[in-house]
Amino acid sequence: MTAEAAFTKAEMMIVAAARELAGQRVCFVGVGLPNIAVNLAQRTVAPELELVYEAGVFGARPARLPLSIGDPTIVTGATAATSMFELFAFYLQGGLIDVGFLGAAQIDRFGNINTTVIGPYDRPTTRLPGSGGACEIAINARQVFVIMRQSARSFVETIDFRTSPGNLGGAEQSERIRREQGWLGRGPSVIVTDLGIYHFDETGEMRLDSLHPGATLDAVRETIGWEIRVAPDLAATPPPSAEELRLIRDQLDPAGTYTT
Amino acid sequence: MSRGRAVAGGGVPDTGRVTTSKLASMADAVRELVRDGDTVAIEGFTHLISFAAGHEIIRQGRRDLTLARMTPDLIYDQMVAAGVARKLIFSWLGNPGVGGLGAIRRRVEGDPPRLELEEYSHFGMVARYTAGAAKLPFFPIRSYFETDLPKANPLIRPIESPYGDGVVYAVPPLRPDVTIVHAQRASAGGDTQVWGLLGCQKEAAFAAERVIVVVEEVVDEAVVRADPNRTILPGLIVDAVVVEPWGAHPSYVQGAYDRDNRFYLDWDPISRDEDATQAWLREWVLGVSGRAEYLDKLGAERLASLRPSAAAPSGSVDYGEYR
Repeated sequence: MTAEAAFTKAEMMIVAAARELAGQRVCFVGVGLPNIAVNLAQRTVAPELELVYEAGVFGARPARLPLSIGDPTIVTGATAATSMFELFAFYLQGGLIDVGFLGAAQIDRFGNINTTVIGPYDRPTTRLPGSGGACEIAINARQVFVIMRQSARSFVETIDFRTSPGNLGGAEQSERIRREQGWLGRGPSVIVTDLGIYHFDETGEMRLDSLHPGATLDAVRETIGWEIRVAPDLAATPPPSAEELRLIRDQLDPAGTYTT
Repeated sequence: MSRGRAVAGGGVPDTGRVTTSKLASMADAVRELVRDGDTVAIEGFTHLISFAAGHEIIRQGRRDLTLARMTPDLIYDQMVAAGVARKLIFSWLGNPGVGGLGAIRRRVEGDPPRLELEEYSHFGMVARYTAGAAKLPFFPIRSYFETDLPKANPLIRPIESPYGDGVVYAVPPLRPDVTIVHAQRASAGGDTQVWGLLGCQKEAAFAAERVIVVVEEVVDEAVVRADPNRTILPGLIVDAVVVEPWGAHPSYVQGAYDRDNRFYLDWDPISRDEDATQAWLREWVLGVSGRAEYLDKLGAERLASLRPSAAAPSGSVDYGEYR
């Protein structure tokens, strides 16, 4: 086995996202890669992490990797099973969530997200799932993390529909509106892709801060629909450690459903 | 007006207890309580989705329904494909963990769309049922700021706080004509108990004009009264109790059977193709008389594979006796 084949792109994404959760306390989990990342963080950099599922669970201890957001394994052994009203009203809108994970069909340079339609709303070429809890997570969770693969179709200059607000038209506008309207959320903070790790600079725009092993700046630029900003001190993401890989492969996704 | 009355002609004779039995067959409950043009909510967030009721509505050929659910899930994909619906009210339209809902997508990506959509966020839908249940004119929530959702759905409206401290968004009450919920157990009178994910079934049922409860088992009222904190609905608001074990498959019932994830994965290629979808409906819904025949077709081995790997009983609590 060559060194490049020692881990998959999905494993790199999971590990990078998990490390970003260091020190966080309460995390609103999504299915798929975010779910594995959060569980890995709980076993490594954030042992105090509480897992919250929108289906109505606080303090979950899933014994297996759930396919759906409402799997029975998230209930058994949890701290609390709540109604969805309690979950959204008291836990999320009430301000208890530190980090929320969102997915995106389209995302722009300011981290605004579309998960509703491609094309015009009334006559979409592609009908996507819609908000679910995403718009309220974007507004009420203190920070938003996004894990997604890069492609020119998803990293676009202009999104077709704003389902979940990011930094709006830039940091200045976003900070003013969030303050005036009393949002608890400070906005998107981390985007982890198959090529690198992005944060947001002082203008509220996405900036490549770390490049994953094997990824190139050319590949990054080819899959982003605007001139991406690159940190002057661009880092190299440390590859997954043997321990991180062991936890993913032995405990979190032994069947390789999400990681192969 | 008609709240909580038993289905006429259905059920078992009154045994002389204070509570009237509301036991009914699925066919009778749907025949009497679900009408053409109704707004129907079959709720249950991943957990406790009454596929059995949805399939019976298809078999009885209801038309022009408005189907409300936070997550339309496979059951509404199947009902839309079968032609029972003219409109969906929802917050997340997909096959959880798998992909899209093909039958619904084909009808809304077309030109012109053949299915009307009215969409909210999850909290928006929960808030709508809550307003409906509490007879409020609207429910205020802190969602939708700086999104395109209020443009897509003009029923989502900003309102000034009457106390002068800013703007929130209002969603209107949702009052289904019929709400159908699946539960672990109920008494014959309709006192309904649920554990595991609670979703918004309580809100959706209290908001509705008529309520059908479908259960894994009917239990003596004493079982309910021994653990009143577990009750989500009193029989007072329930019109019919249908005993239909495995009635939530391929959804699940905490402690009884697991979500049939294989079914959700298998649905993806079926729902991508209209002919395959219609063939599936002919075989598994129109081609069977009811849930029992569906379960026979599914087979004992498949059902056995969905049992929990081990029991995980709750500890019991002491409510105390106070005389």
